[in-house]
Amino acid sequence: MLSYIGKRMLQLIPVLLGMTFLVFMIIRAIPGNPAQIILGQQATKESVEALTIKLGLDNPWYIQYFKYLGNLFKGDLGESMRTRAPVSDEIWPYLAATFELALFAIIIAIIIGVNAGIISAWFQNSWFDYTAMIFALIGVSMPIFWLGLMGQWVFAVENPWLPTGGREQVRDPVNAITHLYIVDTIIQGRFDQLWQVFRHLILPGLALATIPMAIIARMTRSSMLEVMRSDYIRTARAKGQKMFWVVYKHALKNAIIPVLTIIGLQMGMLLGGAILTETIFAWPGVGRYIYDAIGFRDYPVIQSAILIVALFFVLINLIVDLLYGLIDPRIKYD
Amino acid sequence: MSKKKLGSFALLLLLILSTALAACSSDTGDGKTEGGKTADGENVKDILVFGRGGDSTSLDPSRVTEGESFKVTVNLYETLLNFGEQDTTINPGLATEWEPSEDGLTYTFKLREGVKFHDGTDFNADAVVKNFERWANGDAEKFPYYNSMFGGFKGDEGHVIDSVTADGDNTVIIKLTRPQAPFLKNIAMSMFAIASPTAFEKGDDEFERNPVGTGPFKFVEWKPNETITIEKFDDYWDEGLPKLKKIIFRSIPDNSARLNALMAGDIELADGINPSDGKAVEDNDKLQLFERPSMNVGYLGLTVTRPPFDKVEVRQAINHAIDKQSIIDSFFEGRADIAKNPMPTSISGYNEDIEGYEYNPEKAKELLKAAGLEDGFEMELWAMPVPRPYMPDGKKVAEVIQKNLADVGITAKIVSHEWATYLELASKGDADAFMLGWTGDNGDADNFLYVLLDEDNIGSNNYTYYKNDKLHDILIAAQTEVDEDKRNELYKEAQEIIHADAPWVPLAHSTPLLGGAKDLTGFLPHPTGSDLLSNVEFK
Repeated sequence: MLSYIGKRMLQLIPVLLGMTFLVFMIIRAIPGNPAQIILGQQATKESVEALTIKLGLDNPWYIQYFKYLGNLFKGDLGESMRTRAPVSDEIWPYLAATFELALFAIIIAIIIGVNAGIISAWFQNSWFDYTAMIFALIGVSMPIFWLGLMGQWVFAVENPWLPTGGREQVRDPVNAITHLYIVDTIIQGRFDQLWQVFRHLILPGLALATIPMAIIARMTRSSMLEVMRSDYIRTARAKGQKMFWVVYKHALKNAIIPVLTIIGLQMGMLLGGAILTETIFAWPGVGRYIYDAIGFRDYPVIQSAILIVALFFVLINLIVDLLYGLIDPRIKYD
Repeated sequence: MSKKKLGSFALLLLLILSTALAACSSDTGDGKTEGGKTADGENVKDILVFGRGGDSTSLDPSRVTEGESFKVTVNLYETLLNFGEQDTTINPGLATEWEPSEDGLTYTFKLREGVKFHDGTDFNADAVVKNFERWANGDAEKFPYYNSMFGGFKGDEGHVIDSVTADGDNTVIIKLTRPQAPFLKNIAMSMFAIASPTAFEKGDDEFERNPVGTGPFKFVEWKPNETITIEKFDDYWDEGLPKLKKIIFRSIPDNSARLNALMAGDIELADGINPSDGKAVEDNDKLQLFERPSMNVGYLGLTVTRPPFDKVEVRQAINHAIDKQSIIDSFFEGRADIAKNPMPTSISGYNEDIEGYEYNPEKAKELLKAAGLEDGFEMELWAMPVPRPYMPDGKKVAEVIQKNLADVGITAKIVSHEWATYLELASKGDADAFMLGWTGDNGDADNFLYVLLDEDNIGSNNYTYYKNDKLHDILIAAQTEVDEDKRNELYKEAQEIIHADAPWVPLAHSTPLLGGAKDLTGFLPHPTGSDLLSNVEFK
């Protein structure tokens, strides 16, 4: 098992190296001089030239690339061209915000999605099955910005139940320690704030959960349907086991593997930040951080943030692979 | 049995949902209820939450050029001179009196006494000198605005400021190398705010995240992309100000979401209301609509180096072909004035007498014929991909222009790029015709005509590559002309030349909109876009 993890980690290196190269080349292929964009329309030519030189953008690309790689190996993610702050300092609050929201969304998506899928398969062709699958179809094809704005309208403007956006009640800000506000408020024993933070998570969390929820429901249903037809299920039922246990214990254990793969991929994607959700709900996450950085051609931020997000993506998939072995003892790693 | 199980499942789901919703609705610690208190016991009505589109880049105004930063810093720092409440006239600031010499080369400023920086440092002549020295010893990358307003840095040939010296504790003398007509206006710009020397001497990068000025509010906290909080400075020199205890600037990037937040009471002031939402705000009895006095221009630029736009008849024809009124009615909801000159009417030197090109497709066709293009031609029309106050919906406006051009036989293909790409390519002269605009920095004609249309700025802000030697001489002469009347005459002449050469189709001077809570008083939106909030309170 450990050697397997080690091997997978080693495989990571060429993947990530390739990533740095690709991202580096792609962002330099798009037109736009960072110095000009950072200084804005108002800047004079001298200002732009001076900044170009200061940022080292007058060097040939391979020198820039190897400089960047060299720094990366020293653990230096570079400095934002726009805010002049080190990316490693800057990125953590954004990652934490995204992580909190993504985790909340994926939990909702799993609880509702998996159960909806199971029940649909259990009562195949019932009205529940049809309704759930129609909702799942709507869910995957729903434009998030529309859903988000409608959610704000119904649950915040017309009925003042939830806040329209943001992470916290800004008039009573959370004292950030880990930047995971759920954790921070618990550490500080501020349960009133914890409640506020939770309320702020609901609307963006639901909006973000919609698509993964629908995908998970559909995957669970088809996977369950296949398993439910197998012989061991018939045996279990013939033994007189309660249907609930047949479904949730025997069938689910075998059906969950492909669902887990999907969950892993979805979680990876959510961690990359969800630009639309973050924009509509003014969520200071990593998606908007990267998006803004692209708008400003803030090369160090784009490179390093994408690298970190990619790393998470790969790590989550590794965790999913390891989970297979836990759930299904027939799967072994060596 | 399956039906029964199903029923109980559905019941369970319903139960969970309803408890969740009930829990949400029975909220108390919300903070937005009227007269409520936050956990710290502060009265909520002393706190203003100001929603805006973006975050600041820096809280050191001298190091940035972008408006979202100045929106905050104008409340943290003060300048030697101030703009008027809602215009760009010159008023006392940290200097109570000022006196230019006869030749326009020496300015003497009498400073306000008894002023302290937020860190307790005394404000005096010495502090002012240190601020100017800091800028003059910088470079174009560090202080971009100083470079563009004062022509360079210490030792540069174009540098306007010769010396800044203290005469006693409360007098500062600034000597110039040559007269600069808009000098006092430049001094009043928020980027030339006087900061505490004790603070910036600790290092520039440290300082821009921990700003210290003399303004009515002092810095509390900055959560990037989320909020910037500032609070009342108790030792502020102007008794009774500011009226609010705290201001929280919140970034809400989406205009519709920001309006939702305003309507829900999550914020009390919202910048960047879409013209199409203006009516909804006016009709809402809990809200009020604010109009920011216009100091901008939205235009269609015609790149004069690209045929057939090198022919003046073609450019004039396009001016006649476009129906500006219908664009303003449809996309600005009437909240804009038709533009005929490259600068807004409020700026001194504006030429009233120029007759704008009227909407007249027949005349346009005649002009095209005169240019030998009676069969029309094909061109690219670049549409702005981002909304700006001077152009709320670039793509839709482009469609109207496309239709107008088709009426006179010109086939325009609408092109759009991502914003940074758009600006880069347009500045290289790659666009036939492109939409763009400008919001003034200091309300001076030079800041529009010279910056946008002089040959010196080809490759930066003169995107049309328009070049006229006579115009250049006039604009340069106007920069050093200290006699206000003579200067205005020069600018009037300049506008005539530009009008005849028609490198632009000036479209509109828009009135940007803001929305606020009904009980908000004392808020006066400033044309520069940086609003001083010391008089704002809830009544």
